[in-house]
Amino acid sequence: MKITEKDVRYVAALAHLDLTEKETAQYVAELDSILTYVEKLNQIDTSTVEPMAQVLHKAAETDALREDRDRQGFRQEQSLGNAPESGAGHFKVAKVIAR
Amino acid sequence: MSLDISNWKIEDVLRSLRSRETTATEICQASLARIAAENPKNNSLITVTQERALARAAAIDRMAASGERLPPLAGVPVAVKDVIVTEGTRTTCGSRILENYVPPYTATAVERMEAAGAIVVGKANCDEFAMGSSNENSAFGPVRNPYDLERVSGGSSGGSAAAVASGMAVAALGSDTGGSVRQPASFCGVVGLMPTYGRVSRYGLVAYASSLDHIGPVGRSVKDVAVLLSAIAGHDPLDSTSAAVPVPNYVSELDGNLKGFKIGVPREYFAEGLSSGVRTQVEAGLQALGKLGCEMVEITLPHTEYATACYYIIATAEASANLARYDGVRYGYRAPGAASLSEMYQKTRGQGFGAEVKRRIILGTYVLSAGYYDAYYLKAQKVRHLIAADFSNAFEKVDAIAAPTAPTPAFRIGEKTANPLEMYLSDVYTLPGSLAGIPGISVPCGWSSAEGDGGSSSEIKKLPVGIQLLGKHFDEARLLRLAHQFEMAGGVA
Repeated sequence: MKITEKDVRYVAALAHLDLTEKETAQYVAELDSILTYVEKLNQIDTSTVEPMAQVLHKAAETDALREDRDRQGFRQEQSLGNAPESGAGHFKVAKVIAR
Repeated sequence: MSLDISNWKIEDVLRSLRSRETTATEICQASLARIAAENPKNNSLITVTQERALARAAAIDRMAASGERLPPLAGVPVAVKDVIVTEGTRTTCGSRILENYVPPYTATAVERMEAAGAIVVGKANCDEFAMGSSNENSAFGPVRNPYDLERVSGGSSGGSAAAVASGMAVAALGSDTGGSVRQPASFCGVVGLMPTYGRVSRYGLVAYASSLDHIGPVGRSVKDVAVLLSAIAGHDPLDSTSAAVPVPNYVSELDGNLKGFKIGVPREYFAEGLSSGVRTQVEAGLQALGKLGCEMVEITLPHTEYATACYYIIATAEASANLARYDGVRYGYRAPGAASLSEMYQKTRGQGFGAEVKRRIILGTYVLSAGYYDAYYLKAQKVRHLIAADFSNAFEKVDAIAAPTAPTPAFRIGEKTANPLEMYLSDVYTLPGSLAGIPGISVPCGWSSAEGDGGSSSEIKKLPVGIQLLGKHFDEARLLRLAHQFEMAGGVA
């Protein structure tokens, strides 16, 4: 086995994903077969290959940063408009620090 | 008899508006009537934007009445994949977690399309967050293939392709990360383009895998796709990955010469796994390309067999980071009854995401986690470089590459859902181009018998097949010219 139930639970916790028992068992089996499949990459010697993080085309580089000028942003009510819970101009969540 | 626009192309809309034969309002109503008749059957659209569409059509009619020159997409009814945000119109991403999300802004590609006169008639169904190859991963139900309602539309832009194929919209926008415009276009018998990475702004495209995501047009002809691309392409200061490369007039480039054009045929794309029906059609397509005066050259793209493994590591890794934003705080679903913030995150995401999205988040988090980063993620990034190099080597010898878009025609609903790996392998011919960031187009290439239907006494259904043409970075003009002339010559019967 490439991946165990403990691994799936650990990774799900890192990703803040609540999984049921059934889901956990299913993902263990499915990820095991996917991870076994992707092992085939080890057939290739990549010791002299640079990793490619972005598409490499010959276009001139564009400025990644815009000119630092103020521009119209969202109004507060727009930003809060989709919040499940808001009040007094804030996003509201459950208590973070327990007494 | 009421107006029927189900076979119209963009030029039909423009001609009828310019000659005053009909109005944008009548065209819009015809599109809405078609939606009312077809959408219950194939489920292409999640949201129909009737009121807004009619108001915009009326505005086009006022322009026409005042004698103003009509822009290139004036009055054209379009569908927009529901991963592309539209101000004031709910954008769900096919997910329960964004079921009621109403964006406060509009994507640049939609803004540009509307500035050119297009009328958005609906938001198209898709796999949840564009993760899927069959549209079965939508929280709003699968999109059914207009040519056989028991079969998939393809995915993830299945709604965009099926809406165009069934005549609800004249054209559509989709998004392509690993084949999500090209494969459904192939399954639904329409034209779909993935432009070069950076050609079209992604501002307002909900992110799945940022180094691979593209917005791309879908249409009933290559020319329509060229018109749409001309409208949406070009640098956008709001997307730092959009390229400052000049945008040619893709439409006027369609009729140029193809003499001496060299087309590479990669042997790896015609190996084991290609269904006989698709092979027959695509080989006939290669002959048709030869008759246009193109020189056909056998080439090799030696790392093709590693693309699926490479893609599903990189895409899921990026997805695991991009989807961290759905936390139930600023927008979207929030699970009720959680006692702490951390419990709220976990329950919200556990309940809000569907099975495939969770699968990819877990896989992506795993390949990025301490101890596995080098073995999986870094390895995949290196292999990606080799796959991209395969293409740049090939393009030293040829001008374009021709291959199948997908190994089979549309498969049955439910046929591949039990085995995620098998589903992933159905993207085998579109993933390499995505990893290299080169443009690719799927063009109809005739019809094949449905696989597995042989021997039945009932009539054997014919399903669309697509041929895929791949080009160099930012070489869309020549790629579209090749596709257009293939189509004009009659393609493949």
